[in-house]
Amino acid sequence: MSADSVVTLDEKSKQLTGESLYTKALRRLRRDRLTVSALLVIFLMVLFSFSAPLIEDIFNVSYTRTSSNVFAKPFTSEPVTEQDPQGGFNLLGTDDLGRDQLARLAYAGQISMQIAILAALLSLAIGVSLGIFTGFYGGIIDDLIMWVITTLNSIPALFLLIIVAAVLKPGATTLILVLGLLGWTGTTRLVRGETLALREREYIISARALGASNFRIMYSHIAPNLLSIVVVTLAQDIGSLLLTEAGLSFLGLGVQPPTPTWGNMLSNSQTFFNKGPHLVIFPGLLISVTVLCMYIIGDGIRDAFDPTIND
Amino acid sequence: MYRYIIRRLIQAIPTLFGITVLSFLLMSAAPGGPTAAMSFSPQTSPEQRARLEAQLGVNDPWHMQYLYWLIGDTWVRRDTDGDGEGDMWGQRKGILRGDFGRSFTRGKRPVIELIGEFVKPTIELTGSALLVGLLFGLPIGIFAAIGRGGWFDNISRVMAVIFSAIPNFWLGLVLILIFSSTLKQADGSPFLPSSWQCNPTLIKCPPIYERLEYLILPVFTLGTAYIAGYSRYMRTSMLDIISQDYIRTAHSKGLTPRMVWFRHGARNALIPIATFLGPAITGLLGGAVLTETIFSWPGLGRQAIQAVTAQDYPFVMAFVVIGAVATIIGYIISDILYALIDPRIRFN
Repeated sequence: MSADSVVTLDEKSKQLTGESLYTKALRRLRRDRLTVSALLVIFLMVLFSFSAPLIEDIFNVSYTRTSSNVFAKPFTSEPVTEQDPQGGFNLLGTDDLGRDQLARLAYAGQISMQIAILAALLSLAIGVSLGIFTGFYGGIIDDLIMWVITTLNSIPALFLLIIVAAVLKPGATTLILVLGLLGWTGTTRLVRGETLALREREYIISARALGASNFRIMYSHIAPNLLSIVVVTLAQDIGSLLLTEAGLSFLGLGVQPPTPTWGNMLSNSQTFFNKGPHLVIFPGLLISVTVLCMYIIGDGIRDAFDPTIND
Repeated sequence: MYRYIIRRLIQAIPTLFGITVLSFLLMSAAPGGPTAAMSFSPQTSPEQRARLEAQLGVNDPWHMQYLYWLIGDTWVRRDTDGDGEGDMWGQRKGILRGDFGRSFTRGKRPVIELIGEFVKPTIELTGSALLVGLLFGLPIGIFAAIGRGGWFDNISRVMAVIFSAIPNFWLGLVLILIFSSTLKQADGSPFLPSSWQCNPTLIKCPPIYERLEYLILPVFTLGTAYIAGYSRYMRTSMLDIISQDYIRTAHSKGLTPRMVWFRHGARNALIPIATFLGPAITGLLGGAVLTETIFSWPGLGRQAIQAVTAQDYPFVMAFVVIGAVATIIGYIISDILYALIDPRIRFN
């Protein structure tokens, strides 16, 4: 065997070195225009929310300052008064108390997104750890947790949230805890099912033969394989939690005014129909676009990790 | 098969137990408690309040209260005159015998009667929405699957994602804004009415066919969610079926495509959908809280929300327990249906 052929083999093996699952998924994601645009929109939405003080400066408005200039239509200037000699510009008009809608939407975005993201992370943490635990050990723990899940799932979800939210003092922290502590059942089921399947794989048996502890198997051999499920669930949960938060706040059981969220900005909108339709349109539009993008991102990530789809 | 049904019913007992404990604990944790709501009036003397508490058994340990709530207290003597000794048999029959107590508000009427009255408008609304969802959702799903990757499939998928991302209550608000607030009929009245004010506990509401126009907007609002959901399920199920060998066989026998898709394909693709129907039908009870609120629909969901804010605990607990029992029954029915329709599944 000549030296040349050895070199070729070596080069060939270099070419054959496959990409890891994650680099492959990332490469696919970058080529998925829809998902990339959705990510861009979410980025812009976050940018918009956190530039709230900047918006206030530029247009010389404030999200808390009430004025007599109520129900102003979009693209109107605030009348110049003695307290406010400059007069601001209400790009999206003002609400029933004369506060600038654009600035309020930006601040509301911060709060709504924070609630959705933190609650999704909380329910994900509970869901994944419980799911791995029950799926791995099975037995009586599994029965017990599945019993809790069936019980929680047989009560209409929104209604359970409404009762808990009404019993507790409403507010952002309460809402995060309630949404997070009641929203983990779906994730647990999903992760449990996947763990049940992974547990029987050969590499787990070989890890055990090498003397790996139960914790090590769960932490370093099962958990990394759940990453794609976890990321997809996170994206979808953030979307659906935004919807739930909006519904609860709309009913007056979420974050209380004057703190704005996209949901509670709609609470009184039914009385505004004649005076200010713009107060009905914009908060709902922002919720819809954000949720839509989160769902698209979730789908995109799922496809990117799907080994049955070829490039 | 009977053994299967009985086993499923026995399996449901722990879940029912969990639901009753959960709703009982939630209500015990609620601020105020029953005496605060009932003796709010300043004329109530401390003695009267104490007597009321004794009658209601508020001072019993919580596990006894739970037991009384569940099976009644007709076997316990209650102390009503304040001398520390029981002198009157308890009056409650317990929820297992259908006694959910009396509402704290609403004229102190038995809760079970009130729920019976409010459930009719809710079923009208959600039942029509479910019907609309099936009538539109299933054909959309079938056609999307047949023309997979084509323009109809893509449009229907995009629409389904959009309608699942739009907050349902906001869709309702926008519909009211367009069809009731902006568009007017010639005489200045709204193009479509936005709310139906009728309290079924006070007056007899007109029959459904005399007020169909009130149903249009709320049914459309709820129906879009159902259409989005069912078209997705149906598409997936149909795609599963048309990749099967017997569909290829049917094509190669020379049957018309229509025959293959609808006789051989769609009928089998409907089997998994049947299993969604059980929970969907029972889910009709509590599924429309937000829609009912927006359209002032006098249904169960909106009444339950009002009961939560009015601290009408017996009503809330009854709603939760009945809704949950209905959901459990729905799941059992769908499992049985599945096994009945699909011969590949056996009861064991």
